[in-house]
Amino acid sequence: MAMMQIKPTRMELNNLKKRRSVAVRGHKLMKDKRDEMVRRFIGYVRRNKELRVLAEKKLSEAMHAFVLATSSMGSDEVMEALCYPARAASASAELTQVLSVPIPKLTIEKTQDFSYPYGFATTGSELDMAVRLLSELLPVLIELAEVEKIATRLADEIEKTRRRVNALEYVMIPQFEAGIRSIKMKLDENERGNLTRLMKTKDMLKNKQS
Amino acid sequence: MSDRGNIAIIGDASSVLVFKTIGLDVYDETEPKAASKRIANLAASGTKVIFITEKLYEQCGETIEKYKGEAYPCLIPIPDSGGSRGIALASMKANVEKALGADILFTED
Repeated sequence: MAMMQIKPTRMELNNLKKRRSVAVRGHKLMKDKRDEMVRRFIGYVRRNKELRVLAEKKLSEAMHAFVLATSSMGSDEVMEALCYPARAASASAELTQVLSVPIPKLTIEKTQDFSYPYGFATTGSELDMAVRLLSELLPVLIELAEVEKIATRLADEIEKTRRRVNALEYVMIPQFEAGIRSIKMKLDENERGNLTRLMKTKDMLKNKQS
Repeated sequence: MSDRGNIAIIGDASSVLVFKTIGLDVYDETEPKAASKRIANLAASGTKVIFITEKLYEQCGETIEKYKGEAYPCLIPIPDSGGSRGIALASMKANVEKALGADILFTED
């Protein structure tokens, strides 16, 4: 590892010690953050999988029903039926935070009870079936959107935090320790040099007197 | 801060048209370029959730990547009328691998 260029002074030693203690504290906090994020991530990703499997199953049922409807009614009639404006679905979107990661919170806004947005004269029961399935599915889809986004955001953030933890643990902290050790050795060496010099001078003085 | 947002869906007509009945904003796109543009427009106009058929999701990777770092809009792949191609599950798996280092959650199945 590349050594830092440091002056072997007491001031530098104190500075390094301070920086090391900050790094150690940061490392501990970051590690706790990572562990907690992983714990939550596992919960979210499990839920994500459940919802995804459910949504895909229901969606393919609904789409299957729609295909049947198109084939039995003719695509023009289906188009006509779908041209009527339905009540617009909207979701209220909030921004919350999990361990300082901004995540979405979606709630579907319930407007009124479900109704078919077309007349029954020209439409078949297959279309009703598809629409009914989809309207049941909408809350699931919204929750899926929320959970999937949270899982993605957390995964990104966990990766980042893990890099930081590793950088602190394997680069920053060892570097500080090496620096501290080298300054200490240098200072000790100076101290010993000084002591020997003093002893030598004392001896020389003694010899001169006697 | 709460904020109302519309829900949109992008894909080929045969897969997404039916979503009109439950009040989603439906956009019929088959070209990845046009779809990318549509996503950018929708995101700018404050749409919070955008569902995209898996086929387009795969083709618009670059645009989708751009919005991954933000809380909104949520871009969610859905299977089209041809059935699921497993893209959503694969991206979920990639998330797990990214976060935990190995896929230890979904290995049992």
